[in-house]
Amino acid sequence: MSDHAHAHSNSARVYVFTLAVLLILTGITVGAAYVNFGSSSINLFIAVGIATLKASLVALFFMHLRHDPPLNAIIFISSLIFLGLFLLFPWIDIYSRDRVVPYGLRVQAQPAAAQKQAPAPAAGEHGAAPAPAAAHH
Amino acid sequence: MSSETHVVEHGAEPAFRQHHFVDAEQQFSTSKIGMWLFLATEILMFGGLFVGYGLMQGVYPEAWVAGHHHLDRIMGAINTVFLLCSSFTMVMAVHASSTNQKSKTILNLLFTLAFAAGFLVIKYFEYSHKFHDGLLPGRYFAYHGGGPPQQAMFFGFYFVMTGLHGFHVVVGMALITWITIRASRGEFSSAYYTPVDLVGLYWHLVDLIWIYLFPLLYLVS
Repeated sequence: MSDHAHAHSNSARVYVFTLAVLLILTGITVGAAYVNFGSSSINLFIAVGIATLKASLVALFFMHLRHDPPLNAIIFISSLIFLGLFLLFPWIDIYSRDRVVPYGLRVQAQPAAAQKQAPAPAAGEHGAAPAPAAAHH
Repeated sequence: MSSETHVVEHGAEPAFRQHHFVDAEQQFSTSKIGMWLFLATEILMFGGLFVGYGLMQGVYPEAWVAGHHHLDRIMGAINTVFLLCSSFTMVMAVHASSTNQKSKTILNLLFTLAFAAGFLVIKYFEYSHKFHDGLLPGRYFAYHGGGPPQQAMFFGFYFVMTGLHGFHVVVGMALITWITIRASRGEFSSAYYTPVDLVGLYWHLVDLIWIYLFPLLYLVS
């Protein structure tokens, strides 16, 4: 009981501190976006990493998972695990094979903005564009 | 244990306790579990969009970089700050209602509403700018400034993700208005503040999703 009361008297200060850290991390992530770390995917990984740190702070302190019965955290984390599975398998599929759209098609498409390409005339390595990929345009 | 203190405080069985719960404590934690289950379904709903985003970003990275240059980072950052501050005032409202501070509860809820409204105002300016430039999703894409045609897909993700999130902000504002009215009627106390707590959880999830949307949409390069 005294532990509970102690948590209450402290919590306002903890919330202020959490907000301060969240705002600082927001500043860092905006600043990092102006720095080129070599490739856009490295920048994206850094931004998502900082976002995960911020999300953890919100979940632990603002959403009280730190002091809650563990069942709530189990529900939350299992939804994230299933989201991870959902993300993982399509990702493996996309990144473990050659591009479905021939590279030449995408380069040619740039000057004629928003125009649908006819079947790629001389799309170097792959020849004709597969029909399902064309549907994305 | 604490349910006994509640009973002692009120001198009788609290009116809010429903008969199928052992005590107020059990009723409170059951409500929270239900809310967390709902939040899990929310995460999975947005998750589908995040997965689609991740796949198409990998296939058309240059369209994503070109598309995100049309978004205003400063406006996105201001909106992030608004939502983080609103999450803070929300948790302060939950804290105040759980410690019987009625006016502090109402004040913090009103601050939360103000930040949420600020978020939507900025979103309105961003959207009207995109509409004006023809930066619209899919076949409505009518931008003539060049760049990869798959930008239309980027703006499809942009409008669906921020639109669904914006809808959640509007719903959240309605819920916060509802608990502000209830708080002003003095319906909450340290013994019973479940609605404030659950609306708070919902609001923090809205913030949580924006924490990911902001870097993914505005900070691609």
